[in-house]
Amino acid sequence: MALLQIDNLTVEFETATGWFRAVDGVSITVEKGEVLAIVGESGSGKSVSMLAVMGLLPWTAKITADRMLFEGKDFQALSPADRRKLIGKDIAMIFQEPVASLNPCFTVGFQIEEVLRIHLGLDRQARRARAIELFRLVGLPNPEERLNSFPHQMSGGQCQRVMIAIAIACDPKLLIADEPTTALDVTIQKQILDLIMDLQTRTGMGLIMITHDMGVVAETADRVVVQYKGRKMEEADVLSLFENPKSNYTRALLAALPENATGDRLTTVSDFFDGNPEPASEARA
Amino acid sequence: MADTITDIDNSPEVISSSAMRRQMLKEFWFYFSENRGAVIGLFVFLALVFVAVFAGLIAPHSPFEQHRDAVLVPPIWTDGGRAGYLLGTDPVGRDILSRLIYGAQYSLFIGIFVTTLSLVGGILVGLIAGYYRGWVDTVIMRVMDIILAFPSLLLALVLVAILGPSLTNGMIAIALTLQPHFVRLTRAAVMAEKSRDYVTAARLAGAGPIRLMFRTILPNCTAPLIVQATLSFSNAILDAAALGFLGMGAQPPAPEWGTMLAEAREFILRAWWVVTFPGLAILITVLAINLMGDGLRDALDPKLKRS
Amino acid sequence: MFGFLLRRIAVLIPTFIGVSIIAFSFIRLLPGDPVALLSGERVMTPERHAQISAQLGMDRPIVIQYLDYLGGVVTGDFGSSIVSKTPILKQFWALFPATVELSLCAIIIAIALGVPAGVIAAIKRGSIFDQGLMGIALVGYSMPIFWWGLLLIILFSGTLQWFPVSGRISLMFFFPPVTGFMLIDSLISGQKGAFSSALSHLALPSIVLATIPLAVIARQTRSAMLEVLSEDYVRTARAKGLSPFRVVGIHALRNAMIPVITTIGLQIGVMLAGAILTETIFSWPGIGKWMVDSVFRRDYPVIQGGLLLIAAIIMVVNLIVDLLYGLINPRIRH
Repeated sequence: MALLQIDNLTVEFETATGWFRAVDGVSITVEKGEVLAIVGESGSGKSVSMLAVMGLLPWTAKITADRMLFEGKDFQALSPADRRKLIGKDIAMIFQEPVASLNPCFTVGFQIEEVLRIHLGLDRQARRARAIELFRLVGLPNPEERLNSFPHQMSGGQCQRVMIAIAIACDPKLLIADEPTTALDVTIQKQILDLIMDLQTRTGMGLIMITHDMGVVAETADRVVVQYKGRKMEEADVLSLFENPKSNYTRALLAALPENATGDRLTTVSDFFDGNPEPASEARA
Repeated sequence: MADTITDIDNSPEVISSSAMRRQMLKEFWFYFSENRGAVIGLFVFLALVFVAVFAGLIAPHSPFEQHRDAVLVPPIWTDGGRAGYLLGTDPVGRDILSRLIYGAQYSLFIGIFVTTLSLVGGILVGLIAGYYRGWVDTVIMRVMDIILAFPSLLLALVLVAILGPSLTNGMIAIALTLQPHFVRLTRAAVMAEKSRDYVTAARLAGAGPIRLMFRTILPNCTAPLIVQATLSFSNAILDAAALGFLGMGAQPPAPEWGTMLAEAREFILRAWWVVTFPGLAILITVLAINLMGDGLRDALDPKLKRS
Repeated sequence: MFGFLLRRIAVLIPTFIGVSIIAFSFIRLLPGDPVALLSGERVMTPERHAQISAQLGMDRPIVIQYLDYLGGVVTGDFGSSIVSKTPILKQFWALFPATVELSLCAIIIAIALGVPAGVIAAIKRGSIFDQGLMGIALVGYSMPIFWWGLLLIILFSGTLQWFPVSGRISLMFFFPPVTGFMLIDSLISGQKGAFSSALSHLALPSIVLATIPLAVIARQTRSAMLEVLSEDYVRTARAKGLSPFRVVGIHALRNAMIPVITTIGLQIGVMLAGAILTETIFSWPGIGKWMVDSVFRRDYPVIQGGLLLIAAIIMVVNLIVDLLYGLINPRIRH
């Protein structure tokens, strides 16, 4: 049984000009302990599909799917209250903007202990002890003092560590990381990525890494889903994707990597891609 | 709707400033008319203006004529109502409807006079404070802080107590208490705009301080001033009515709505209509203006509304 | 925190001095003879005039007079009423609790109803609920409260006879003031029915006085809440699996309250202006009615002292609000 199985997910938003389809018939499967990367440019719907799984989209969004199973439990059949028992406990998510993602009015200690109380029902002392342990685990110095800090007193990298600590607080079976390093300094990016991968290997949780960075994909993923304008372009294990990309779009993505640039101009995806996902030979025919 | 704006931005024939102004008005009206409440408010306000201007033609009676045979006649639809006195009569037999119609003149005049006075005064003082900065600014802003430290009605009441109770003194007092808001707005806008490139360019082109202040900077901070002016308009009407109610504003027998309420107070448990209608007139007028104000705020700042 | 407090107080001092200058000088700007105005004696011989002038210290240079007045104010001497000859500060302390009781009741009503209304409107944005609540709020905001009070009297005191028309407590009860707060004093007195009498006298005035602050708080809460609900940390709270009640009531509301606290503070000034009207309508023996009566009696020393005292109260309240603001917003505190 797969950890997470989504079949034919479609998400639509109502706009002034009619319904906009942000995710269009996407199917995604994650096995236990597997690292899946979802790659695409901004606007490709890669975050939206995961927010739909978490139930974080505004109520105006129209979500349909043939199946949305987590450990065999059908998410669409669960009541919102039952679903919330899983969200934040067995499935956790971290976001792109760590500083904005933490509540400025509460100490980070409050924000992590809240999860421990609601999902695990720990008492005050146990919560504190566990929070300190988690902070140590994500590499925050002086965890006892840090618990009393407010988000604005910490750097972006430290905030993301707190977010990770909150996410792994209840030993989730699946962690969804939505561009977890994009908003951070380049030197910090590597540290955070290493931390996430280290935690993944240690705990054996499933991991979905949403990113636009092919470098991150190469470093972390077992399997890759490439998305473009709400559709799945290609799905492959990471080696074959880099060595033998099947979709035109994947090729364009790879060709547009800065290290492949020649001359004095950075190439963009649109230099290589005309919107037709079929392989070049077939498209010409 | 986004398309409309793009069209405006892209149209190549936008050259003359009058054409541009028309475009801006069109865009403004587009956003304003989207707000149903604002449009209703506008129509009610226009109706009030009409009533005030043509009061002499509309009113069935003189607002001062005392019909001795018709004292405290209830409204026409109730028991004891009499034809000719649609909303009844007051304790000395004056027709309430006619007094209300003439009262619209008072309220609109109070609104216009007070708003103009505080707007003009506030802009002048705010321009000076924001443009010259330094000690001039410090002194002006301290004085404004002091005025704001008093509840406006209390300050107006005390000023009227000094100057003597009359509508004119009441209006001056209210204008004085409303003026600091305009000073603050203008000063903040001037300070923000002063460092912009277009102001520097105008100065390099040889524009003097007066021209800079009024022709270059001021037009760019009109939007918040207009919104504040609508707010002041409704506040002025409310405060003037409150002063009238306390006996410190317009003096009897003037058909000012607040003064009418004051005269009617002792009859509240005997004749509900002498109290109900003047207050309702105040409420409708102020509500219409505030509805318009909300619409203006949204229309003049579409970004704020959309976000 | 302490430094923050000191800085705030330092800003208040020049404003207070300015206020005292205004309160001091307005009597001297009056058309007419300030000596006659301050003594309340209209007709007097030149000798009597000189005597009173010397008595009041008005024969000295104006700057000395002002410093003298300021010195009196600082030591609690605001002069005496012309009419009752009692010290102004004593009158003030006798009447102030009535206004505080009324204002506290009103602000509690305004917050207790205004904040939930704003939150519901924000959550149900664009719905019939939102439109209805905000429509009512705009009517409340536009309300001439002196008329609103009269309407409530007609309905609840006249037709329904639920509430009394005026005063703080029924005349059949008498007990000496202990705290000055009628609700507490009536409980202390132990007389049967005294508390409910006090409460029923308080009902209508506090509803009237709460109207405008209630509307303003509801509108402000709604717009602050709308802004906060779109923030990333609200999404995080939901991603933790928290109940909607906890997400909105704790995570979002705490942030939305920051601007609302400022608004509530600004409403105190509005309430004191409202108290002038409310106390007049309901014959509520507080400082608002005191000021109006003094204006009518041309009791200038009282007007002067009351103006200064009310301005001082507003400044102190604003200071407290600033401190609260620091407490609720950690970004200011540190």
